[in-house]
Amino acid sequence: MPNHGAYPLRSLEDLQAVAKVGRQRMSPAQPKIMVGMATCGQAAGATEVLKAVREVVTQDKLPYVVSETGCIGWCSQEPLLDICIPGRPRVTYGRVTPARAKQIIRALPEPKPQWALATMPGDENTLTGLYTSYLTGEDTPLRGVKSYRDLPLFKRQLRIVMRNCGLIDPASFEEYIARGGYTALWQALRTQTPQQVVDGITKSGIRGRGGAGFPTGRKWQTVREAPGSPKYVICNADEGDPGAYMDRGVLEGDPHSVLEGMTIGAYAIGASEGIIYVREEYPLAVARMKDAIQQSETAGLLGTNIFGSGFGFTVRVVTGAGAFVCGEETALIRSIEGKVGEPQQRPPYPAVRGLNGKPTCINNVETWANVPVIVARGGEWFASIGTPGSKGTKVFSLVGNIENTALIEVPMGTTLSEIVYEIGGGIPGNRECKAIQTGGPSGGCIPASKFDLPVDYDSLTAAGSIMGSGGMIVMDDHTCMVDIAKYFLGFLEDESCGKCFSCREGTQRLKEVVQRISEGHGVEADLVLLEELSWMVREVSLCGLGQTAANPVLSTLRYFREEYLEHIDHQRCPAKVCRQLITFAIDPVTCNGCGACVQVCSGKAILGEKNKLHTIEQAHCTKCGACMDICKFDAVTVN
Amino acid sequence: MPQAELEQVEPLLQEFDNTRANLIPILQRIQATCSYLPQEALRRVARKLQVPLSDVYQVATFYRCFSLKPRGKHLVQVCLGTACHVRGGQKVLERTQVETGVDAAGTSADMQFTVEAVRCLGCCGLAPVMRVDKTTFAHVAQTKVRGLLTRYRPRKPATSEAEKTPAVPPESTLVQGGDHA
Repeated sequence: MPNHGAYPLRSLEDLQAVAKVGRQRMSPAQPKIMVGMATCGQAAGATEVLKAVREVVTQDKLPYVVSETGCIGWCSQEPLLDICIPGRPRVTYGRVTPARAKQIIRALPEPKPQWALATMPGDENTLTGLYTSYLTGEDTPLRGVKSYRDLPLFKRQLRIVMRNCGLIDPASFEEYIARGGYTALWQALRTQTPQQVVDGITKSGIRGRGGAGFPTGRKWQTVREAPGSPKYVICNADEGDPGAYMDRGVLEGDPHSVLEGMTIGAYAIGASEGIIYVREEYPLAVARMKDAIQQSETAGLLGTNIFGSGFGFTVRVVTGAGAFVCGEETALIRSIEGKVGEPQQRPPYPAVRGLNGKPTCINNVETWANVPVIVARGGEWFASIGTPGSKGTKVFSLVGNIENTALIEVPMGTTLSEIVYEIGGGIPGNRECKAIQTGGPSGGCIPASKFDLPVDYDSLTAAGSIMGSGGMIVMDDHTCMVDIAKYFLGFLEDESCGKCFSCREGTQRLKEVVQRISEGHGVEADLVLLEELSWMVREVSLCGLGQTAANPVLSTLRYFREEYLEHIDHQRCPAKVCRQLITFAIDPVTCNGCGACVQVCSGKAILGEKNKLHTIEQAHCTKCGACMDICKFDAVTVN
Repeated sequence: MPQAELEQVEPLLQEFDNTRANLIPILQRIQATCSYLPQEALRRVARKLQVPLSDVYQVATFYRCFSLKPRGKHLVQVCLGTACHVRGGQKVLERTQVETGVDAAGTSADMQFTVEAVRCLGCCGLAPVMRVDKTTFAHVAQTKVRGLLTRYRPRKPATSEAEKTPAVPPESTLVQGGDHA
């Protein structure tokens, strides 16, 4: 990292010198081309797009700057390419191929509106409260292209945690500082006492974003007052809930926001060492975090005597080893200590007796990323957003059967229907929305009839689900609720650490019963058995995994009992998912004998010569449905 | 343990000091280098850290990222997160198992592939997804699996017949189901 003449950084002026470099990087005098290079972008082909961009810029000797950025959250349109021309709005292009990227660049400065997704005339920074316009003159809208502000996906969003995601190059320390980064740290260290920092967090009303929603201020106060030294801060980035990737988005898109939050937290509670525990399934997040730590060390924002305050702090990354239960705080601590990730009895809470038996403050990625903004804007400002019991915003991964799969950040209290129908754009193919699953395996399924529910900790709990870490999986009428319950029970059966009998055996027995129902062998008494077992698992288990393991069963039973009864009484799966209860057939009128299904059939069960009617031999059919997926003439039916 | 592996493991152990907290990072390092945890390596780790072998074994079998058996040349991870599940992830997994011919333990007889289910790669917006080694693939329909795996198959010996169809897997006389969907 180049030294801008000011390392180690000691004052606000030093920060401003770096910010100036960062601003020049963010808004250079030449046109800038940005490619979204988070893991999801790369999976969609962003690496090839970036390569093509660099090639064309080199080959044609174009005076353009090429830069990477993190995830802006528009997952359904990945890979994303952005063109920033000085004085003009930024233009975003979606589902870009390498060839299309070259065409777009060679056409510059003509913006090719027919391929553009949206324009961004400026951005708002929730950390500073300032709006930066990119325009030198009037905003001249591109023909037929909407501004981000007018797009349903973005206009309801308020980005505190994701304030920099998709705007900065996550590998650039200078760009983070250009967005006001590390001023909150300076403010905390040089103008506030540790207790004042804790008071600000308490006043903000923020609750833990990892799922359980414990008031962060109260946790910090407890650790601060707990006797023992050294104290630790831990960032829980073991984002294990299937269907949730908010933390990955932040770690990959804005790693310094987490580091800054942790450093402020360490100062407030009196810790000298921090650990970021990242799951191994996120290799890019691990790399970004390690780079960010090194940059901060170089700049003197980690280490001894930060900002000349006398306060010192170091951070290291620990990579998880693939155990869902390690998202539970006591299990996570055991894992850092090199042991198996078995949860421990609480109390004592980690706040009092945590890592190496010392007071430890564990918060989730999203919680840490909120901290700099709370310090910069004040607790009152933060508390003015959201609902009485749940303050601030929440990031959700809106996925499943939804038009706009996206990473979104909305104020607490936004209703599910606003999220699904307005922001998410509804269900593809005009299908019917059936339910939304929140809170991962600890959460539940909320039926579409309850979508007027405001999203906050208490409303979701009352509805039989939980806020959880923020995964929202939208399900249409092709999703079977019995199958979903079976899926989560299978997950929990695998991931139960085995310490408590109730959880280890309970999840297995629950799954057996649901499996029986899904195969058409259930009896009505099974539903009573499910409820009874669920009660036992919840009441008797030690940690959150077991205590909430029955939620997917209980919530589907509560809202979709009819569907269970269809499986039991009529051996019928209304969603046509449960394999033992469905049969595939080929419609003799529609089939033209193209043979596509024969080639994909996993059981070699389809008979018929080219250009003649095909039939399915039921005895060999594995019910994989590949024939149905591949048939272009809708000749395969399922009943 | 073969001598070659032993020579790989020894220098890895030297990278770490002897604190208990290093147990998981050491095992991760060995796993990354050897693609599994050889028995002799577990013994050496236990000796180095002065912990009972049973503790090392307990950790090695508790965490999903460790394998006590050699893995195939390519690690295929099929995501079974919720978003992938509702979009057919289970079918992708089954198809992958059939296409690679892996056994119940997840590795193919020719040691070319190990297939495992993972619980969420965090690319839910692009479900269903699959990761082969370090590359993540988006929107993997079950009908695309065969075509996707082709590039990871061993090259056929350069016989005249193979030259005509260089990239097609041996058993794919059935026609590539690959990129239809």
